[in-house]
Amino acid sequence: MSSTVAQPAGTMKVKRKTLNLKRYWTLYLMVLAPVIYFLVFRYMPLVNAQIAFKDFSPLDGVWHSPWVGFKNFLEFFNSIYFWELMRNTIGYSLAKLFIGLPLAVILALALSETAAKAFKGVVQTMTYLPHFLSWVIMYGVLLALLSEGDGWVNMIIKAAGGETKSFLGSPNWFPVIVVLSDAWKETGWSAIIFLAALAGIDPALYEAAEVEGATRLQRIKYISLPGIADVIVVVTLLRLGTVLDAGFHQLFMLYSMPVMSVGDILDTWVYRQGILDFRFSLATAVGLFKGVIGLLMVLVFNRLAKKFSGSSLY
Amino acid sequence: MRKIKSTEEIVYQVFVNALLLLTLLIVCIPLLRVITMSFTPIKSGRQILGGLLIPFSDWSVAAYQQLLTHPAFLSSLANSMIILVLGTTINLLLTIPLAYVLSIKGLPGRKFLNILVLIPFLFNPGLIPTYLVVTKLNLIDTYWAVILPGAVSVYNCFVMRGFFEGIPEDFKEAARIDGAGEFYILRRIILPLSKPIILTVGLFYGVSHWNEFFAPLLYLNDTKLQPLPVLLRNILLAANVNEYVDTNAMSAAPIQSLKAASVVLTTLPMVIVYPWIQKHFTKGTLVGGIKG
Repeated sequence: MSSTVAQPAGTMKVKRKTLNLKRYWTLYLMVLAPVIYFLVFRYMPLVNAQIAFKDFSPLDGVWHSPWVGFKNFLEFFNSIYFWELMRNTIGYSLAKLFIGLPLAVILALALSETAAKAFKGVVQTMTYLPHFLSWVIMYGVLLALLSEGDGWVNMIIKAAGGETKSFLGSPNWFPVIVVLSDAWKETGWSAIIFLAALAGIDPALYEAAEVEGATRLQRIKYISLPGIADVIVVVTLLRLGTVLDAGFHQLFMLYSMPVMSVGDILDTWVYRQGILDFRFSLATAVGLFKGVIGLLMVLVFNRLAKKFSGSSLY
Repeated sequence: MRKIKSTEEIVYQVFVNALLLLTLLIVCIPLLRVITMSFTPIKSGRQILGGLLIPFSDWSVAAYQQLLTHPAFLSSLANSMIILVLGTTINLLLTIPLAYVLSIKGLPGRKFLNILVLIPFLFNPGLIPTYLVVTKLNLIDTYWAVILPGAVSVYNCFVMRGFFEGIPEDFKEAARIDGAGEFYILRRIILPLSKPIILTVGLFYGVSHWNEFFAPLLYLNDTKLQPLPVLLRNILLAANVNEYVDTNAMSAAPIQSLKAASVVLTTLPMVIVYPWIQKHFTKGTLVGGIKG
């Protein structure tokens, strides 16, 4: 740059800066509504969360209710429900993960291996569909299958001379139904990511293996599975980060009094204590406990996932 | 050698496709059962495979007739539509500008904005604190109570931001040199290039509105406001718990057919748009699911 053009370049810079300022103000204006949304509906709840440490009464309001320290937390930790709720919550999360994930991997493998392309499309379309059904609809589907009076499974059992079962009403069967119905709904959808990972494997590897005379199963064992191992690990880690989310909508729809001991999870308990029994402070304390543990889990497992493969949730 | 190889291949293909067929049956049988049930009259003659199918001559549309002429069903359908359209519009009107601004490199305060959005994504204080906000704002028994608390999904916002970041800087820079304002750039340059992601995110939002039953249950006590999933839930629970819905008005058709028919009718709009959903969602999850 010669000194003769330095002068105009300088004024250009100033002009550019004022232009930028104007530009920035337009951009700030643009996010005004979203920011207000966040302050009201995402940050006000954080402020309200203080009632976990208070004895909240609607008359006194959030700010003027008296402080009680950790009383609400201790009440929860010492209650007979604590261990049962933790067991159910973590149990369902892990069972869904460790049963659903292998099924999704197997489905992805089968989809990627089939030579019948049109059939593959049909299977994909149909297995993705249940992901979009709400748990209200799922409850309707489960009733049509499992209800004691006219559920299809019970009609088959009856026709075979067996005794009908109350699947959704029996503490023995209920957990099985919860895990299997989740697998039925989500397996197709969770297979997508593995299918994409399989498609990303270098075809030259398969060709070389074929030349070497590797069997199909050997190719899966030594090329396909190692090829998607990264993705399997990352998906597992990210899912472990949300282990306290056991599926509120599902349990909320499916559980009932007779199966409460095996159907109640943290979220459903918070709902009942807070909304149905008006124990706002206790419910908030449990919600906060879940939020803090959830935050730590997500941070730790996301860090691990990032370390493992450079992928991250955010 | 070649011959042995191809028999192995055939056996393998038979095995793989049998596995897929089994999967397909497992998915389809429950759905078929619901559909058949919805057409089953009180006195159905022959049932095939334990009621998985009934003879075509026995089919009855009584349950559908009853539902489609019932005022509660029609008003719930209207409520669902209003929540769907209004909700998705607000979702997009808030998410698009936010994602766009978050995607602009070098904007002072961008980091602050990012953190503002990220904190609620990572930390959720639970149900009650939000419930108190909705109560405090007097939103109970308005559609806003269902629409506003989840108006921006941080996840969707990040998916969209990722897409905007991928648009070459040159497009925007050229427009800026021509003196175009940011609103103009967003509307005339970014949005036309972003149709796929807007459709994907719009569908994400739309499906969640259509399926939402918990927020309406929580915030809408007035039965006149309840959307379809809430009515469906009441109908499904009606056999055990009588006080939930005015079942007497509907009890002329077999209750299980009514239940199944309401499941089918609630699902139907989703099935109709499903081909688009499938096309865009699968793309969307791969864009946003795991970010490399």
